[in-house]
Amino acid sequence: MIARVLSALEALGARATGMVTRLGLAGRFFWIMLRVSGTSFRRFHLTIREIYFAGVLSLIIIAVSALFVGMVLGLQGYDTLVRYGSAEAVGTLVALSLTRELGPVVAALLFASRAGSAITAEIGLMKTTEQLSAMEMMAVDPMARVVGPRFWGGVMSMPLLAALFSAIGIFGGYLVTVQLIGVDEGAFWSQMKASVDLHEDVLNGIIKSAVFGVAVTWIAVFEGYDATPTAEGVSRATTRTVVTSSLAILALDFVLTAFMFRGT
Amino acid sequence: MMTRRALDIWVGFFLVLGLGATMFLALKVASSATFAAGNGYVIKAKFDNIGGLKARAPVKSAGVVVGRVSDIRFDNESFEALVTMTVGREFQFPKDTSAKILTSGLLGEQYVSLAAGGDTANLKDGDTVKITQSALVLENLIGQFLYSKAAEGNEKK
Repeated sequence: MIARVLSALEALGARATGMVTRLGLAGRFFWIMLRVSGTSFRRFHLTIREIYFAGVLSLIIIAVSALFVGMVLGLQGYDTLVRYGSAEAVGTLVALSLTRELGPVVAALLFASRAGSAITAEIGLMKTTEQLSAMEMMAVDPMARVVGPRFWGGVMSMPLLAALFSAIGIFGGYLVTVQLIGVDEGAFWSQMKASVDLHEDVLNGIIKSAVFGVAVTWIAVFEGYDATPTAEGVSRATTRTVVTSSLAILALDFVLTAFMFRGT
Repeated sequence: MMTRRALDIWVGFFLVLGLGATMFLALKVASSATFAAGNGYVIKAKFDNIGGLKARAPVKSAGVVVGRVSDIRFDNESFEALVTMTVGREFQFPKDTSAKILTSGLLGEQYVSLAAGGDTANLKDGDTVKITQSALVLENLIGQFLYSKAAEGNEKK
């Protein structure tokens, strides 16, 4: 009985120390990555290539999801607001929810599953096929050649994708409520403009998306670099990227929101 | 593999699109702080009761937004609410302007309404609006209504 309790405790402790160790490794990894970033930027076309893979190729999924999210927000918001006789406020509702929350968060979640997983799988596979070791043999630092550009490409793409998400979502809300339902167009835009603040809402949303971008790409490159060099290891690392970064996005979102919108 | 040229074009296109979306959010969706400290002046007003007025609420005159509430404090000497407002420079008001707190619509947000007076001198930066009218608190109103109803009932008996 006691032996069983002890072994359960031991397993728990091992998990905890394992997690702390990995966190420390990730922190050191982050630091090394920042240190070699200068070298990565010297060959900037590598970063541009990664912006293409992480950003441009995510455009379709971001645009389509944003359109649908905006349209649903428009429909739901109208349905609720019309009971209180303030259907024009639907523009405010759509714009505020998109710029403050849904734009950064949903774009980051999509980005984590579309681009983050791809980054992890690519780096993990490079490790499995010993391409990273081969680079080291040729005195090419894989941190600067492989990891740095991917990290910066992701970090630069994320705020742009989130801004696009918000803008397209608002357009989707406009399509449904103004064009389809027939809410007054002038009131839709003017009420939105009156209650959305450039600093409080738009800028804070962009800051959020930048933080999410750093978190997601950091997790993605670290998991890829840290993957067990087997087929199973890469698949596990990819799963971990999506799970960990989704959780990180939601937890960070809460922390950031608590700091940004305390409700004046 | 794509040529570097095609790659650059796509990334450029992506950047333009992303920055365009940001500009759209900044210009079309959000109202920038037009009445920020740079191009506005500050006036103050004391109210007995501000109701649900919040910082960043609009300041209107004749229904037109002319500024924003920048700060709300409690004045511990007069036991009143001290409301600081930033009004756009292009809007000048006479010294005897009065301020009251109104509600837009039945359940709408509260705002400060400025009604111009007849003084020839204008309000300057840091001036205080003397004549104020507090927010209408619904509970007080209902209370008064009930009291008057009860009084009526007593008279009839």
